Formats: sequence, structure tokens, C-alpha cells
Amino acid sequence: MANMLETLVIMVLKIGVVFGVLLLVAAYMTWIERKVIAAIQVRWGPTRVGPFGLLQPIADGIKLFFKEDLIPSQVDRTLFLLAPALSVVPAMIAFAVIPFGGTTTAFGLLSHPVALQITDIDVGVLYVFGVTSLGVYGIVLAGWSSNNKYSLLGGLRSSAQMISYELSMGLAVVGVLILSSSLRLSEIVLAQAGVSWLFGIIPLPKWFIFGQPLGFLIFFVCALAETNRAPFDLPEAETELVAGFHSEYSSMKFAMFFMAEYANMATASAMATTLFLGGPSGPFGPSPVWFVGKVFALLFIFIWFRATLPRFRYDQLMTFGWKRMLPLALANAAVTAILVAVM
Amino acid sequence: MEPILFAGLAAVAAVSGLLVIVQRHAVYAALFLIITMGSLAGLYVLLEAHFVWAVQVLVYAGAIMVLFLFVIMLLNLPREDVPWAPRDLRRIVLAASLSVVLLIELALVIGLRTAPAKEPALSLGFGTTEMVGRLLFTKFLFPFEITSVILLIAIVGAMVLAQKHFR
Repeated sequence: MANMLETLVIMVLKIGVVFGVLLLVAAYMTWIERKVIAAIQVRWGPTRVGPFGLLQPIADGIKLFFKEDLIPSQVDRTLFLLAPALSVVPAMIAFAVIPFGGTTTAFGLLSHPVALQITDIDVGVLYVFGVTSLGVYGIVLAGWSSNNKYSLLGGLRSSAQMISYELSMGLAVVGVLILSSSLRLSEIVLAQAGVSWLFGIIPLPKWFIFGQPLGFLIFFVCALAETNRAPFDLPEAETELVAGFHSEYSSMKFAMFFMAEYANMATASAMATTLFLGGPSGPFGPSPVWFVGKVFALLFIFIWFRATLPRFRYDQLMTFGWKRMLPLALANAAVTAILVAVM
Repeated sequence: MEPILFAGLAAVAAVSGLLVIVQRHAVYAALFLIITMGSLAGLYVLLEAHFVWAVQVLVYAGAIMVLFLFVIMLLNLPREDVPWAPRDLRRIVLAASLSVVLLIELALVIGLRTAPAKEPALSLGFGTTEMVGRLLFTKFLFPFEITSVILLIAIVGAMVLAQKHFR
């Protein structure tokens, strides 16, 4: 009985910590993004609220809570209210299978070591892909229910974009799956443990990014498109669509779309870390620190892209997705399969 | 716990399946179809078929239904005001006879089936990706390959139909 209680408490704690950290990251990503872009553009960014503007996300949060919650009169009410939740929930629950550390006994408090991962299911990779692919409904329904042409266009663009790039993203991962011969995320991390010696002298971790550089590149570009980030942020292209699918939203419902976008970025970075960068493994020190470090390095690249690249045109986006990314991903999977079969 | 989950999921699947055809608005009909597919996916989990669950969510709920919604929204279908009961006698006769046939079929299938004496024991690793893959590439290789050819034909057909407009 005591054992069962311990399991339950650990489970609730793990869920609480992951959820809390994810919310905090989603909030503070706004601060990081503004600071990084400001630095790239030689500006200061937020400085007024708290030291280095660190309290800015909290001030923004309070402001959004107290804003008037407008619901335009001609919207489809049910779906208009449902859409923000539909976009935020998949973004959050996708994190349930990602291992964010090795095992811990919480400084000797627990009788046996506990894995730092909420749940370890047999089809972990497919779970993440499946759940994140449901996130598109929030955007599509928000665009449609707003009864606004710009919103509808944003919603349509987003659905077409997400379907196009999801395919290449899935195929880019096939190489990793062949090398690790498992869909279980903990086993994929295990397959990347250890060090190989380049030319017999340079130590190189056995991360799949070195065996699958093209796979990682395709995965990351597709992740940019899946999360609607620049240069693929056409669903909310300000110059053409006002604000795209969330034009009609205000207050916390608007904030929920932003939370979903940042949570999706965090999930995509965490997946890239798990699949290609060895997950939470590192040469020394506590593993969760390595995991967070790798995720934030990738998040920094997300922001870097936004500050550097202009937006694609829509036909360029589609051509790039179907005529460049998809054949490349297919070729990568085929070459990997042949090499593994031959060697 | 399992019977409760089964009853809940089955009820949701049946009710939302009914709502798909009763809804006047195409977008809502599509949404109820998504809920039906989601609850079917839940039933697969109850049957220990985790891989099938993932594929169901990924392919049907995640990709195909997004395309459905995409087309519905692109056409921006208005609320359809079809008369609730079709007045055409021929249609009513056709629908009634077809449902009688279906009812007889169902009765035969359910009536003929005898319940197994005990639950068949699940083999080790049942429902895992490895097991499904092994079966797919050995025992069910032929149907698997045939399916892929059928899908290829559908793609080629769609291409041919779409090309006609641009010529």
C-alpha cells in the first residue's frame, strides 16, 4: 500500500513539475525572444520591469488576465471558445513521454531510483507525432469560427502547411528509428549513449546528429514549419492577414494561442534533443541540466532564425516542402536503410 | 475499470457517429467524425493495441480529417437546409430495404458467433510495434503489398484527374 502511494505521489509530482516548468518556459520564452532579437538588432529589449526586464512576462500575464474578453457577435460561439483550448492541450500533453533526465533517488529520499520521464510507452515517437498533429485543429477552427476572411485564410494556410511538413518530419525520423531499432524514447536515448573516437583521437558522443546530419536538418526545418515560426509564419503573416487565425481573439484566449506556440517550440526542441542530441545524457553533472541546456540551445536557434530570415512566399513554402524536403527525407531514409542492411 | 471505459468510449463513438449524419453543418459533422475516431482509438488501447492506437490518431484524426476540414472550409459550405424527411418515396423504400438487409446481416453474425470458453491468452509482446511489424512483413505481406498498390493507383488517378484541368 505504501509502495502504491509512493508511486502515485511520484507520478503526480512528475506531472506537476513538467507542467509547471513548461508554463514557465512558455512565459519566459517571450522575454528571451525579445531580448535575443533586441541583441541581434542592437537594441535593449525590455528593461523597465524588474532587473533586465525579468518581470516583464509576469506583467504581461497580469495584463492579459485583466483585459476585456471580447467575443465578436457573428462568430460561431462554441468553436470560438473551444479553439484556444484545442491548440494548447496537445502542445502540453506531448511532453508526457519525453525523458528529461536519467534516474534519480531524489538525494536518497526514495527507496529505488525513479526515471525522470512521466511515462515510457512503447510507441513514444508516434505518440508525440500523433498528439502534436492534433494541435492544428485549434488553429483551423479558430480561423473558421472567427467568421473573418483573414482568419479563415490563416487557418487554411496553417492546415495545408502542417500536413505538408508533417510528412517530411516523420520521414526524417525514420533514419533514427532504423539506427536505434525502437520507437520507445528511452531506448532511443540509450542507443546514443557512449563515445566513439573520430580518427582515433577526437572523442565524439554517439549522438544520431552525427550519423544523421541530413535527418536532423530536415527535422529542424520541418519543426519550424510545424510550429508556424519564421520563416514559415504564413498563418499569421501580419503584412497580409492582419494577425491571421487569432485576429479576433483577445485577453487570455489570445494568450493561450501564444502559450501553445511556445509550448510547441519547447516540445519540438525537446524531441530534436531526444532523437538527435542524445537526450539528457552528458559527460558529467546532473542529466536534467544537460537536457534543459540542449533544449534551450535549440530554442535559441529558433529565435535566431526569426531574427535573420524574411518570410517565405506561399508558393515557395509549398514547393520547398513537397519538392525539396520530401524527396530529401525519402532519400535519407532509403540510404540509411541500405547502409544498415549492408553493414 | 475496463468495462466502464469500454462502455464510455463505445457510447461516445456511437452517439457522435450518429451526430455526424444528423448535423446540418458540414464542419460540425466533420468534428463529430473526429470524436468518433478518437474514441475508436481509445478502444484499441483497451485491446492492448498501442501501435494501432498511434496510427489511428496520426493518420485518421491527425491527417485525413484535417484534409476534410480543409476542403469544407475552402468551399465555405453554408448551413445546409435539406428537408429533414425526404419526401421521395423511392428513396424511403431503398433506405428501408437496405437497413433491413443490414439488420439481418448483423443478427446472423451476432447470433452465429459463440462466445469463446475463455479469453485467449495474449502472446508475449502482443500489440507492440515489433510484433505488428513482424506480422505485417511475414504472415500478412501479400495483403499489405496489395494495399500499397491500391493506394498508389488512387494517387495516380487523382493526378490524372487534376491534370485534365490544366491542359
